[in-house]
Amino acid sequence: MQQSNSYIIIFSVVLTVVCGLLLSGSSQLLGPKQREAIALDTKKQILGAVMSGDEIAAMSPEEITAYYENTIASTVVNIEGEEVTEVEGTAISAETVDIGSNYKRAPEDRLYPVFIYHEEGNPDNVSAYILPLYGAGLWNAIWGYMALQSDLNTIEGVTFSHAGETPGLGARITEEGVQQRYQGKEIWGDNGELASVTMEKGEGRDYSDDPHRVDGLSGATITAVGVNNMLRNYLSYYEAFLTKMMDESPEKVAFNK
Amino acid sequence: MSTDTAEKTIKKPAEPFLSKRRKRIVTDPLVDNNPITIQVLGICSALAVTTQLQPTLVMALSVIFVMAMANLVISFLRNTIPSRIRIIAQLAVVATLVTLVSEVLKAYSYDMYKQLSVFIGLIITNCIVMGRLEAFAMGNKPYDSVLDGFGQALGYSWIILAVAFFREIWGSGSFFGIPVLDPVAGWIGMDSLATNGLMVTPVGAFMILGLIIWVQRSLTNYVEQ
Repeated sequence: MQQSNSYIIIFSVVLTVVCGLLLSGSSQLLGPKQREAIALDTKKQILGAVMSGDEIAAMSPEEITAYYENTIASTVVNIEGEEVTEVEGTAISAETVDIGSNYKRAPEDRLYPVFIYHEEGNPDNVSAYILPLYGAGLWNAIWGYMALQSDLNTIEGVTFSHAGETPGLGARITEEGVQQRYQGKEIWGDNGELASVTMEKGEGRDYSDDPHRVDGLSGATITAVGVNNMLRNYLSYYEAFLTKMMDESPEKVAFNK
Repeated sequence: MSTDTAEKTIKKPAEPFLSKRRKRIVTDPLVDNNPITIQVLGICSALAVTTQLQPTLVMALSVIFVMAMANLVISFLRNTIPSRIRIIAQLAVVATLVTLVSEVLKAYSYDMYKQLSVFIGLIITNCIVMGRLEAFAMGNKPYDSVLDGFGQALGYSWIILAVAFFREIWGSGSFFGIPVLDPVAGWIGMDSLATNGLMVTPVGAFMILGLIIWVQRSLTNYVEQ
């Protein structure tokens, strides 16, 4: 009886239903908390481009959320640099744009969020513009946030994340020491062209004189190439927006090309 | 011969919760029957997850929970699981438990979840879990099975924590994220003590694990059958 086919089938069905209920139940229960955790993590990453990791680690989740509310404004632009407030009738905000799924569309069709880091409570005093980036590492996706100072040229800071780079090699793009190499570098070249910042091959060289190059990661050249492409591509997508900002609101931007 | 049917059956006193036999179920896997060093199971995660102590600790706690609960559930069901789909049923239970652990981590400890990422899911494939279900839970009562799951997981845990201890100190110079090598270098009057990059890779883990197995087997005079 225990070995009869119908018993086996009934047992399997019951087991599957019970396991399924447990999993979907937990997914429902934990869903909101998980979304909160992911949202908090995204906020930490965005703030990480303008604050040090230690400062963020010292803040409680409520403090981070409050600080984010008070200091980050946001907008969404298209590749022409024009502001986009709704798509096919639904309102969009920078927080609702999924950069990963946007990446699958052609660059001309994508939505580009911009986060504006301003003085606490004073949206007119802008400290930095934070641009989300997305690209491909060696094994899987990489992404990050680049903060530009109000001159829209000097890099205030970057954060990088990855989905599956090699620990100890490509995964080192998440290290604060590596990310700090980008601080103070410039994205525009001498002739007003977009020069971006390139991570060179090999590690251990000093590039403090060169505003467009940073030290590389030994053993992680392919990931570094992915990072370089990601920066170059996304800076070119945001180029129209950056140029518009510099032309139209010179009082907000202290840069003369 | 007539059997005396009126004979009162003497009820055996219930075995105490921590009888000698049960204590041995928990303590044997710590040394004599250690899943990693003696049974040589679960090596994959022992290599992969042990770069630092903190994720290793989370991994150890997750494995303890999964093994205790899986053993409990399978032991309860042991008389109802059809023999022909035994392994599949065990797999379904283990996979569900591991997914629950993963979801809870994602909700309450997102940083740990990001750091451990794929390794929590790989607990499903950890040979120790399925091995104990087959070897013990399918043939023993629930409470004993929980003890066995707990004991085996403890044996696994202390080994991976030991490996992580050496790998973190030697490879990153820290202990649970707190830098340790630099202050020590200060005490002995050096600028800094060099860390060993090999320890951060699985090769280093292999070496440390091999050394631990060697030391442990020499101390217990273990002879492989």
